[in-house]
Amino acid sequence: MEIIKVGMADLNIIKAPGILTTLGLGSCVGIALYDKHNKIAGLAHIMLPSSKEIKNNTNKAKFADTGIELLIEKMVKEGAIKELLTAKIAGGAQMFSFNNNNSILKIGERNVQATKEKLKELNIKIISEDTGGNYGRTIELNADDGSLLVKTIGHGVKVI
Amino acid sequence: MDVENLNNMMIDVLGEIANIGSGNAITALSSMLSKRVDMSVPQVRILEFNEVAAVLGGEEKLVVGIYLDLGEEVEGNIMFIIDIESAINLTNMLLGRKGNGVELDDMARSALSEVGNILASSYVNSLSALTGLKISVSVPSLAIDMAGAILSVPAIQFGYIADQVLFIETVFEEGNKTVKGNLFLLPDMDSFGKILSSLGVL
Repeated sequence: MEIIKVGMADLNIIKAPGILTTLGLGSCVGIALYDKHNKIAGLAHIMLPSSKEIKNNTNKAKFADTGIELLIEKMVKEGAIKELLTAKIAGGAQMFSFNNNNSILKIGERNVQATKEKLKELNIKIISEDTGGNYGRTIELNADDGSLLVKTIGHGVKVI
Repeated sequence: MDVENLNNMMIDVLGEIANIGSGNAITALSSMLSKRVDMSVPQVRILEFNEVAAVLGGEEKLVVGIYLDLGEEVEGNIMFIIDIESAINLTNMLLGRKGNGVELDDMARSALSEVGNILASSYVNSLSALTGLKISVSVPSLAIDMAGAILSVPAIQFGYIADQVLFIETVFEEGNKTVKGNLFLLPDMDSFGKILSSLGVL
């Protein structure tokens, strides 16, 4: 089976049979979209909440807002139907904690929030999520059934 | 200042500052352990986001990361990262423990945080002395997890301004090669400018 690795600030799509994976998600968020009918899966690994807050925004896959739009665009081009897409999200951890309110360290939470807002705006339902916490995750999205495998170190393995 | 605009001279200067700073840090570690510790010549590395974790042996490699925030006139952070076997060996040495502990208990975690604290403070002290800039260091925060997840923190900080990550890496190794680690200095780009102009390079 074909396995495609999606790096940081990157995205990709695959048709069944195949797997999209992203390794060691920390504060970034993995956004898995799936069209069950056409068995087309897409995965984005975003780093930051919004392209609008930043001048250097040429890499669309870096941001939740533009990353999701680009991912949908690519999936639709390959035959997915936007209205059939469902989402699963994982990541957005806070790897290090401090007493003060350092907004950079809270970026995981803001990434998750921005992802949810964008998906809501596009009417894409989030069917499951595994977000937050203080640990990293490796995820695998299977294009056969849209299942999302989440692996961690010391916090178990689950399918969401 | 942008990552793309750095010329060779600026990179050399950054490497030299790191050489002095991490030299100080490694000397502190060496006297803590009463053992010889060797270090590499610091490398100024500019990497794409997806290349960052490869430096430490892959995204899923289990590592211990100690993160310290820099403040006042230089912003950014310092990270001290070692693989799990090294972390266990290092804490066994520091705490005078024998045998093959497989787990890092609270005592070991606290010892590692303190090592991170001492390394970062000695690094920053010499950086501050060289540049005349006032630099403060936060308390250390420790995480034991996948390298990719730990490195996502500094990568995101660079993500705000660039599509690449710039860091200065020093690799060190205890004399018997039982402890090997990386020390990263990641100032933000404005602070790079400040450091360089304080030295008359910019």
